[in-house]
Amino acid sequence: MRQFVQSLRLWFAPQRIGDEGETPDYRFSLANERTFLAWIRTALALVGGGFAVDQFLPDLRWAVRVGLSLALLAAGVLCALRAVNHWIRCERAMRRGEDLPVSRFPAVLSLTVAVVAVAMVVLVVFGRAG
Amino acid sequence: MGGPAPGSAAAADRDPGLQPERTRLAWRRTTLSCTVVAVLGVKLAFVDGATAAGVTGLALSALLWIGFLAVAHRRIRALDTARPRVLSVRAAVLATGCTIALAVCGAVLIW
Repeated sequence: MRQFVQSLRLWFAPQRIGDEGETPDYRFSLANERTFLAWIRTALALVGGGFAVDQFLPDLRWAVRVGLSLALLAAGVLCALRAVNHWIRCERAMRRGEDLPVSRFPAVLSLTVAVVAVAMVVLVVFGRAG
Repeated sequence: MGGPAPGSAAAADRDPGLQPERTRLAWRRTTLSCTVVAVLGVKLAFVDGATAAGVTGLALSALLWIGFLAVAHRRIRALDTARPRVLSVRAAVLATGCTIALAVCGAVLIW
């Protein structure tokens, strides 16, 4: 959490990141940028999935449908926030010559997506049958 | 967005791993994803016909999509050199902000 607050300060004072360490090889920065973009696409896919659940599963009960949609949208928002946070932390670590930050976010996201997928299968199969 | 012509001086100076090109294509893919989400958002806004909330949703979706497009376009232009500068924090925060705002608009409409 303390790390998150620290990187949050960097978001709004971007010139500070240039003050630390040395500029790394541009190729490392570009690779970091592509990783950031891949996370943004994951976030966009989750947001799109949330929109799609609301529109293409109209047979579900309102509460279930809205609950699933909002869960996916919330996951998308978290994913986008994490994308920019992780990008800035990696950029800073490269400037300082430190190890890249590790994170348990990928594991948490995978488990969340798996749970939502199983819930959707159950809802669609039993929703149709019942 | 064509790169330098083969055999020109700029081509000799090019990154052999094509890193700027790959990054540019990553921005294009991301813009495409954003377009899909914006179109789904517009569809979401018109579930109940042309209501006031629907028109507002449409306008916001379009605005956020254009915002993302502008950020991506600026960055794609900046990547058109052999040694591009680092992505600015402002651009990263703006791209993220457009994504989050799309999600929030959708959540309000779904609710």
